[in-house]
Amino acid sequence: MSRNNTLIALGMTAALVLLAGCEKPRPITVQRGFRGTGMELLYNKPRLDALYEQNQLPEVQSPASPDGPRAGEVYQNVQVLKDLSAGEFARVMLAITQWVAPADQSCNYCHQGEMSSDTLYTKVVARRMLQMTRDINTNWKAHVGATGVTCYTCHHGQQVPAQAWFIDPGPPPVKGFVADRGGKNIPAAIVGSSSLPWDPLTPFLLEANDIREQGTVPLAGSNRHSIKQTEWTYGLMMYMSNSLGVNCTYCHNTRAFGDWNSSPPTRVTAWYGIRMSRALNNTYMLPLTATFPADQRGPTGDVGKVGCGTCHRGVYKPLFGHSMLPDYPELAGPRAAPAVETPAVPTGMPAADAPASGMTPTSDPAASPAMAGKPL
Amino acid sequence: MSGYTNLYSRVQIHTTEPYPGVPLGRGNWTRDGKGWMSSLLGRIGDAQIGPFYLGTTGLASLICGFIAFEIIGLNMWASVGWSPGQFLRQLPWLALEPPPPSYGLRIPPLAEGGWWLMAGGFLTASVILWWIRMYRRAVELQVGTHVAWAFASAIWLFLVLGFIRPVLMGSWAEAVPFGIFPHLDWTAAFSLRYGNLFYNPFHALSIAFLYGSVLLFAMHAGTILAVTRYGGDREVEQIVDRGTASERAALFWRWTMGFNATMESIHRWAWWFAVLTTLTGGIGILLTGTVVDNWYLWAVKHHVAPAYPHVFPPVTDPASLPASAP
Repeated sequence: MSRNNTLIALGMTAALVLLAGCEKPRPITVQRGFRGTGMELLYNKPRLDALYEQNQLPEVQSPASPDGPRAGEVYQNVQVLKDLSAGEFARVMLAITQWVAPADQSCNYCHQGEMSSDTLYTKVVARRMLQMTRDINTNWKAHVGATGVTCYTCHHGQQVPAQAWFIDPGPPPVKGFVADRGGKNIPAAIVGSSSLPWDPLTPFLLEANDIREQGTVPLAGSNRHSIKQTEWTYGLMMYMSNSLGVNCTYCHNTRAFGDWNSSPPTRVTAWYGIRMSRALNNTYMLPLTATFPADQRGPTGDVGKVGCGTCHRGVYKPLFGHSMLPDYPELAGPRAAPAVETPAVPTGMPAADAPASGMTPTSDPAASPAMAGKPL
Repeated sequence: MSGYTNLYSRVQIHTTEPYPGVPLGRGNWTRDGKGWMSSLLGRIGDAQIGPFYLGTTGLASLICGFIAFEIIGLNMWASVGWSPGQFLRQLPWLALEPPPPSYGLRIPPLAEGGWWLMAGGFLTASVILWWIRMYRRAVELQVGTHVAWAFASAIWLFLVLGFIRPVLMGSWAEAVPFGIFPHLDWTAAFSLRYGNLFYNPFHALSIAFLYGSVLLFAMHAGTILAVTRYGGDREVEQIVDRGTASERAALFWRWTMGFNATMESIHRWAWWFAVLTTLTGGIGILLTGTVVDNWYLWAVKHHVAPAYPHVFPPVTDPASLPASAP
């Protein structure tokens, strides 16, 4: 009898050890597609609550008058925000200080001595980032919609966005005739601790390698993509999934990953997001490489780069979809500039915000019970 | 006191001299050792361990298997700089990768898949030599070669994955890496690349036979355990001289589902289900990439995949739009 009890106790302990890998509490399931097709979004309430706490909006600076002389006339060496009134300009500077600069350095983080001087690298970078922000809000509406971005979207009060990324050279290569790892097969957090490639970002968010592996015809003969290439795409998708805190079904009908016809519209938004990250890295970040001091660069001496997680920070929409642009319209784009064509939003293409309105009420993550009663 | 008292599970036969087995014919090696008794193993099987028959093919198979194991293991260990701690910590992630696609079917340098090709060659030799040994031992004992042919079905799947399909595809890179997590990630990537293996009918057959094997195993084992109190565990005697155990087992299934297998036929059911699992699975893998590129689209074409109502507004591939960003 006592032996039986011991066996039962051992069995229970083994069961507990096995169950330790399971998620507690049970995830919340939100139906996203047609019933019975497994199109479901999974949310963990404590994790969602924690993300919600981390993504509170900063205090808004008190408004400034749009009247009076322009900043470009009052101050010297103003290159981007010269179309603002001097009051608005000062207000944006205060906001940037609040969003980016360390509390103990304040204005001195970017300005040394004469305010117009470009001696500090931080000021040079900040100017370029302002241009980038306006570029995103003007030309990448297909991804950011009317919500747009501000410095705070990525910086969150930190000098360097927490989820900027660098080229990952991986473990030191073994010399001689030892088998090469092929860029994979280590526990890599970026791909969910799987054995997938440890740097799935460089080929796709910096370089423009082919992401699509599936063929578009049933029979073989025209598609030479290998399984090894697929593992890189798989790695990128794991990163995107982690960055947005969503599972595959947020953007894909998982019975046919490549099929656009049955994909949620969020996939289109994500498609533009990949192109946007790539364009920002090549247009803005790479040329700034030499501007940054060595200790701000990555293990291979590269500049910090933009990826999905940089803005999203684990949330399906940065700041849970809250737009800061109504409070800071100066960042939306050049004021009173001639109407710029927006080629990133082709005719008939829903902008980023459109999918949300097109979804059934239950399919919007905001409608999940975990988020009930919280202003989004 | 409750307890399961049954001849089938409690009695161990321990002899003073282990049974050496039948005399071996010409051309055989001798058996090694005399054998011994183990009470612990006697709880789950025969208490007599050994004597073993190694033989030429057995020895060659073990040597080839050892070489393959060492090539894989030492390359993994070298990849973490020979650190024993890191080797243990990272072992589930480590792998020996097949060559990159650029090599096609050419022999690559050792560092770029050469070791993989060599390990695969020795492992294949080991497995086939073990099959020959199994076949020869069956012939020597003058029993059927059913076990060897069942093993051959598993070897078929192994060869399709690591040799036949890569050769037909013209690229070693199509083969599976040797590694714990890496081969699982490869499996997922394989299904992703070829448009969802769920729609591959041979994959479906293989799963049906796999789950069917499990079901048959549970039904048969449950039936025999239930009638051991009437001597049902002596299955072979029951085949030629059907007793009350056999009758009761048959009645039980006729009462519950109207049909019963016989003491003999149930073993044919089980054998074929097991063999067809890997046989159909191998066919499914072989057709993937060589004949069918996208199983989902194949299933749509042949009206296998059901169509569901559209829930989302229509979506167009942005890459197909002329005005889209690069």
